[in-house]
Amino acid sequence: MVPLSYYLVLSGILFACGVTGFLIKRNIITIFMSIELMLNGVNLSFVAFAAQWHALSGQVFVFFVMVVAAAEAAVGLAIIIAVFRTRETLNVDKVDLLKL
Amino acid sequence: MKLPPGRRRYGSVTENMLHLVLFSVFGLICVAGAINLLVQTHPINSALSLVVVMGSLAVEYLLLGAEFVAAVQVIVYAGAIMVLFVFVIMLLNAGAEERSKGSIVALMLGVPGMLVGSILTAWILVKHSGTQPVALGALPGHPKDIAQLLFHDFLLPFEVTSILVLIAIMGSVVLASRPESIEKTKKEN
Amino acid sequence: MSLTTFIIVSVIKIAIVLFILLTAVAYTVWLERKVVGRMQNRWGPTRVGPFGLLQPAADGIKFLFKEDLTPPHVYKPLYIAAPIIAVVCALTSIAVIPFGNWVPVPGGGSTPLQITDINIGLLVILGITSIGVYGVALSGWSSNSKYSLLGGLRASAQMVSYEIALGLSLVGVLILSGSFSLREIVAAQSGHFWGFIPNWNIFRGCQFIAFFIYLMAAYAETNRIPFDLPEAETELVAGYHTEYSAMKFAMFFMAEYANMITVACLASILFLGGWSGPVGGPPIVQAILPVFWFVLRVVAFLFVYIWVRGTLPRFRYDQLMAFGWKFLLPLSIANLVVTALVVALRA
Repeated sequence: MVPLSYYLVLSGILFACGVTGFLIKRNIITIFMSIELMLNGVNLSFVAFAAQWHALSGQVFVFFVMVVAAAEAAVGLAIIIAVFRTRETLNVDKVDLLKL
Repeated sequence: MKLPPGRRRYGSVTENMLHLVLFSVFGLICVAGAINLLVQTHPINSALSLVVVMGSLAVEYLLLGAEFVAAVQVIVYAGAIMVLFVFVIMLLNAGAEERSKGSIVALMLGVPGMLVGSILTAWILVKHSGTQPVALGALPGHPKDIAQLLFHDFLLPFEVTSILVLIAIMGSVVLASRPESIEKTKKEN
Repeated sequence: MSLTTFIIVSVIKIAIVLFILLTAVAYTVWLERKVVGRMQNRWGPTRVGPFGLLQPAADGIKFLFKEDLTPPHVYKPLYIAAPIIAVVCALTSIAVIPFGNWVPVPGGGSTPLQITDINIGLLVILGITSIGVYGVALSGWSSNSKYSLLGGLRASAQMVSYEIALGLSLVGVLILSGSFSLREIVAAQSGHFWGFIPNWNIFRGCQFIAFFIYLMAAYAETNRIPFDLPEAETELVAGYHTEYSAMKFAMFFMAEYANMITVACLASILFLGGWSGPVGGPPIVQAILPVFWFVLRVVAFLFVYIWVRGTLPRFRYDQLMAFGWKFLLPLSIANLVVTALVVALRA
């Protein structure tokens, strides 16, 4: 018998950790993982509200979020590999000029 | 709805206690994993903490009755997307993060700012949410019912996301391949 | 059935299944050494006990007493965690596999011969297989050595690629059975058609192509010949478990054979009709006989596994990946489309 606000607070904490990771981390792969953490927090909100309003479309929407996250992770990691090949670093502070 | 005498609307005492205990344990594991992601310097440790977060989130989904979503979370998110992340980290082998001026500034400003923002949001949510308690397994998400929705009401988004995945596959193959192998493929054709 | 009876019965079931699984792992190793030995015109183990039947015990004692060397250059936390992940995932997936019908329990009620009957059982097994990739990838990474890293990367890429064909080949079975629960999939395969041919998915459901896709994808998932490049001795020393010795190596070994057994059990349930077979006689025989038919199918599948290992050479890595992506994946999608069309047109 868990109040819905508990689920929302957990989702909010995960989202906040994701945003904090996005802001404070310097390694680009860790920044990507913080984005995935944010998406996971949002998924929890969707499922919690679906349970409360008895609307199964909340659970269906989680699939679409996952598919978009997968596509974004694949393309993003491919870009990171390409950037690493030219710049030889994964630190975002060092990838700040268009010139090599 | 009139319930038989002695029957609670939302389940027995042990069931409610079990729900609260399981929710708290796995919620704590989620938060611990998320904070570990922030604290660790080497990306592989952050990736593994994120896998732990996803696993405990799958249990949270099960507590809400979303069984198919929980299974897909483990198979797709924790078992495929995070494997891709771990793979790239192993492949690029870049090493732990170093401290720089930019990162210390971000730490000083970012963490307090996020804390303030999230405490404010959490307070507003808890005070004004006006929500009811959620029972254990509140909305059973059987694969049949989800498939019914997915392939009837949500058919257009389904087809569009399949095209999106196709584009993502093509894009990542082209972006991650070396320039020499593209030249070689062009010469062969 | 009261809560305490349920808990006691579940604990007993878990203990029995784990014990049988670990013994089966040990004797699958014995079976492999014997069968491959006979295929190569030699005896295999014969010295320890009659027909070498105590050889697994001797091997176990050897592994326990061997020096457990931890090289200084490894990354300790992941080095220790990787075999644990591999073994835990290999042993956990047996929890949803049914072995027989419901049996009566002294004290009232009856219990299925299965640790738990989850109604998304097949997805649970696929999920646990996906998590098992981490054991391989992290062992290669944490060993901090070039052979291990290459072996780990290759093995995890291979496992992830063939997981797709594995999953898709099972969807045809799901369409025919209408449920993810393994017990209901077996129940959908009961009976006969045309008089004597049993109603298995491989005959009546025409899933023989899916069966062969599943077979090949399973060989790749469990890193067996002809897909065992990541752990072949002549290629990469020992691949991702180069730096492991004694008990940790034994854990990887156990995990590989436990995965083989799980895959064989799954194939018997999904394609070969589970535990169907002639039953009769007193109630105790009626409870045990389906398990016997199930074990017969599993042993036959394991024999084919070992037979293929003794016969075929191994694929090169690019041939392996091309086979998985360019042949098995389109074939499994085609199988899915045809099955779906036939089922939709019949209804």
